[in-house]
Amino acid sequence: MTDFTMTTDADGVAVITWDVPNKSMNVLSLEGLAHLSDLIDQAHADEAVKGIVITSGKDTFAGGMDLNVIAKMKESAGDDPAKGLFEGTMQMHAILRKIELAGMDPKTQKGGKPTAAALPGTALGIGLELPLSTHRIFAADNPKAKIGLPEILVGIFPGAGGTTRLSRKLGAMAASPLLLEGKLNDPKKAKAAGVIDEVVPAEDLLAAAKAWVLDAKDADLVKPWDQKGFKIPGGTPYHPAGFMTYVGASAMVNGKTQGVYPAAKAMLSAVYEGAMVPFDTALKIEARWFTNVLMNPSSGAMIRSLFINKEALEKGANRPKVEDQKVKKLGVIGAGMMGAGITLVSAQAGMEVVLIDATQEAADRGKAYTEKYMDTGIAKRKATPEKKEQVLSLITATTDYAALSGCDLIIEAVFEDPTVKADVTAKVEAAVGEDCIFASNTSTLPISMLAKASTRPEQFIGIHFFSPVEKMMLVEIIKGKATGERAVAKALDYVRQIRKTPIVVNDARFFYANRCIIPYINEGIRMVAEGVEPALIENAAKLVGMPLGPLQLVDETSIDLGVKIAKATKAAMGDAYPDGAVDEVLFWMADEGRLGRKSAAGFYAYDEKGKRQGLWDGLAAKYPVADEQPDLHTVQHRLLFAQVLEAVRALEEGVLEDIREGDVGAILGWGFAPWSGGPFSWLDIIGTPYAAEVCDQLTEAYGDRFACPALLREMADKGQEFYNRFAAEQAA
Amino acid sequence: MTEAYIYDAIRTPRGKGRKDGSLHEVTSVRLSANVLNALKSRNGLDGHAVEDVIWGNVTQVGEQGGCLARTAVLASDLDQSIPGLAINRFCASGMEAVNIAANQIKGGAGMAYIAGGVEMMGRVAMGSDGAAIAVDPSIAMDTYFVPQGISADIIATEYGFSREDADALAVESQRRAKAAWDDNRFAKSVVPVIDQNGLTILDHDEYMRPGTTTEMLGGLKASFKDMGEVMPGFDKIALMKYPHLERINHIHHAGNSSGIVDGSAGVLIGNKEFGEKYGLKPRARIRATAKIGTDPTIMLTGPVPVTEKILADSGMSISDIDLFEVNEAFASVVLRFMQAFNVDPSVVNVNGGSIAMGHPLGATGAIIIGTLLDELERTGKGTGLATLCIASGMGAATIIERV
Repeated sequence: MTDFTMTTDADGVAVITWDVPNKSMNVLSLEGLAHLSDLIDQAHADEAVKGIVITSGKDTFAGGMDLNVIAKMKESAGDDPAKGLFEGTMQMHAILRKIELAGMDPKTQKGGKPTAAALPGTALGIGLELPLSTHRIFAADNPKAKIGLPEILVGIFPGAGGTTRLSRKLGAMAASPLLLEGKLNDPKKAKAAGVIDEVVPAEDLLAAAKAWVLDAKDADLVKPWDQKGFKIPGGTPYHPAGFMTYVGASAMVNGKTQGVYPAAKAMLSAVYEGAMVPFDTALKIEARWFTNVLMNPSSGAMIRSLFINKEALEKGANRPKVEDQKVKKLGVIGAGMMGAGITLVSAQAGMEVVLIDATQEAADRGKAYTEKYMDTGIAKRKATPEKKEQVLSLITATTDYAALSGCDLIIEAVFEDPTVKADVTAKVEAAVGEDCIFASNTSTLPISMLAKASTRPEQFIGIHFFSPVEKMMLVEIIKGKATGERAVAKALDYVRQIRKTPIVVNDARFFYANRCIIPYINEGIRMVAEGVEPALIENAAKLVGMPLGPLQLVDETSIDLGVKIAKATKAAMGDAYPDGAVDEVLFWMADEGRLGRKSAAGFYAYDEKGKRQGLWDGLAAKYPVADEQPDLHTVQHRLLFAQVLEAVRALEEGVLEDIREGDVGAILGWGFAPWSGGPFSWLDIIGTPYAAEVCDQLTEAYGDRFACPALLREMADKGQEFYNRFAAEQAA
Repeated sequence: MTEAYIYDAIRTPRGKGRKDGSLHEVTSVRLSANVLNALKSRNGLDGHAVEDVIWGNVTQVGEQGGCLARTAVLASDLDQSIPGLAINRFCASGMEAVNIAANQIKGGAGMAYIAGGVEMMGRVAMGSDGAAIAVDPSIAMDTYFVPQGISADIIATEYGFSREDADALAVESQRRAKAAWDDNRFAKSVVPVIDQNGLTILDHDEYMRPGTTTEMLGGLKASFKDMGEVMPGFDKIALMKYPHLERINHIHHAGNSSGIVDGSAGVLIGNKEFGEKYGLKPRARIRATAKIGTDPTIMLTGPVPVTEKILADSGMSISDIDLFEVNEAFASVVLRFMQAFNVDPSVVNVNGGSIAMGHPLGATGAIIIGTLLDELERTGKGTGLATLCIASGMGAATIIERV
């Protein structure tokens, strides 16, 4: 079976059908592309063929290039990868250009064979770049279909001519949301935006495309950019109108990406440089920049973490081999913010949910959260009143533990107090069946300790959500000492039902995510105490791709929570506690009543409406800004190493069992520099020997918290990469 | 070494660089020829009197394109054996023309040059010649490009100048310019612009707003706030380059930035023999010249390092300078210069500057050298330094010394 098949009908239309075996959606492989090229050649050469229609054998057209292929392109490109990548890209251009030029006489532009694309549904990435090279794009009137070029979201850009074709078709300004933001449209909107040509009823799709092909005139086959006197809509870069577009676009892209995402710059450069030269030269320019992006380790790391590994984890890469554990009836104990959020996402996923709190009023308030959420969705036309009723009907808010009968999973999200949690555990276990799995949403208490309150510790597990539950995509699953395989499978199957991404870690203080975030925040606060300009701390973090500076982050998570965690950690660690300098600032802020956003006062000042203004100027009075300021790199290294060394220690200690989880969890959990692919990918990018060297420098300058972990030291000495060493182990 | 002397320095009055400006009807070539003709007749130049005409001009497209310098020579009464060289170092083009000429003479390449420049900002729009640094994404991003107004506001933020500081400087510029005109201090160097029939088109600087007060300026809206904070958000770029700043303080507006005007200026420079041949008395020698590159984002701080460089190169110190001309591109540029060298405002731009009278980009460098010389002579002082900030992060300076 091949990815493409071709049949020619009596009218002389060759229909090329894309239908990749054993895949729910078509993705393009290099073999598939070569085969497509052969079929085009055949059709062009066959006198019986009057024209070509390219369509799909599935209800969608294509999901794009096979990301596994892109991720490995560089390593499989030979000894001179840049040359291999460039030449490979140019070959792809040649194939699509062959379709576009239709075999016509280059001088008279006559005698070509028309090609139309017929898209039954979603067409993404190369799945749209291929149609863009045809002469007419038909799409079935399928409102669920998504059409667009989302490459930028994985750290690359449309490199099969999509950038050049779309920017010439629409002009740089109109193309920019599609290219720079990866905006997807349904067929009707895609037509309105000028991306596709026709939207027809699904049943007429193929007939309409065939009819067009048979009717097409020579002039219909000549693309605007192949016509004499073609002018790009909106003007070229040095046209007065184009000038402002390009000046503005560079500034916006630069500001938005903070200089850490190379793909947007490369794409914009390809559009700019391409706009001033003929089309084929523009394709060559696009190929050079595309090669440049693929050569940048960031693109491969992003694809690996954000797509390939994220998907693998969602599909249960680390799931124990036990039977299906899909949740039918969920019990949520505690109707506070977390419990209410868990209830919402679970009911949305179609689960029956029993939401319990101490008072009926509190339980009702928790359920009302879902109601309000659905109302907002209706107002934004993202939900319907029927959907709202259906979701609400799944939720029972009560004080009665007996309602938990029949639940197969319980998640408690009550106050972070071992006694309270033990009491809940006992009450729940009295009410549920023997098979029921019990999960705690604790963020600070050890699971193994909480499990002591359970009569079935092998069925006791941690399912740690991030706040707000409905927005945060990561769920941390924590195995206690006694946690059994079925509990892990249950938690994973549940997370899959609510369509979030799980990582599975072992029980240790702060698990994985918080363990890494806390040192990041602390390092920022520590610098305040040292007299580092607070703006430099915050900007340095953003300039290395962190979504929030450490001071803004602690304002968001609240300073009293920081104080609580610090006190508990100090109590647990005793003399070894390393963060006294941090606490001095933190405790002082708390004493001043500056608890962060919730008190409209923290490291930042807030207006009456609670909107964040600038950094609080009172900070400088207490911690004067030093005359000597560290350079940007030093600040960035401190902030990043504070996080990644903790990730390495978590791996070393066995808290993390899989670096893929460490990387995916870091990006989804706390937004760790997504361009890097995560902490382990970042260490691979900078190289373990260099990382160890920086550790030594930071240790000498700032203290033992930067001491190089033994694992990293060993890897540095051997010149190893995390993804070589640990990926190999996983494969074995 | 051969000395380079200034024998004459003249300028046109500056017209408003708008459709209703008095010079709007005059072409760039004709305005330049006006200056060249005046230099010829005032100094009795004849035949191949000068080696070259070096003409500064920033926006070299349309009528200002095609080597305007050569066209201007051909349009003037100068001999056709005199060639023309059009140069562009943005706002310092007129100064760079003078400096190149001086250094050619010092190096023995000819006896004399005419150096100066022109800009008809109302006829050829600033920026209409394109600029890869602003438009080419890979360059603009790598250099953290922001427009000049944002750069001027970065200077204000970085070095702590307030809106009030800038407005006070602007008011003083207007006051000094008015006082200078009232006192006829520009009489020696301002040459009226005349038409082909000898009729006067403009004989005074028309951009000035005498009587400007800080209260009047207080009502003006900061010009670069929107492009900085909203669309397309240049402040973010500024903070990427200056991450220790939390935000940019937008203090500049039309009233404390240089004016958009039309104008031209020319300087006659020659060696000793040239003066002897034409019976001309040298007015000053060009003691030193310098140029330098700086960070392109803050862009306009060049006067400070280029002054340090020119002083070091010539073995002088700041206290050796009696008078300063620091081009008032934006108030913060001058404020920063005075702050860096701790110089008294009473010896800087004593007859007003570009905020009051306008800044015809390609000509200003030559204008301020002439203004400096006039004032040194009027006050009997010896040594003056002129300097300008320059787009894309550069600085230029000239030190002249009366003889």
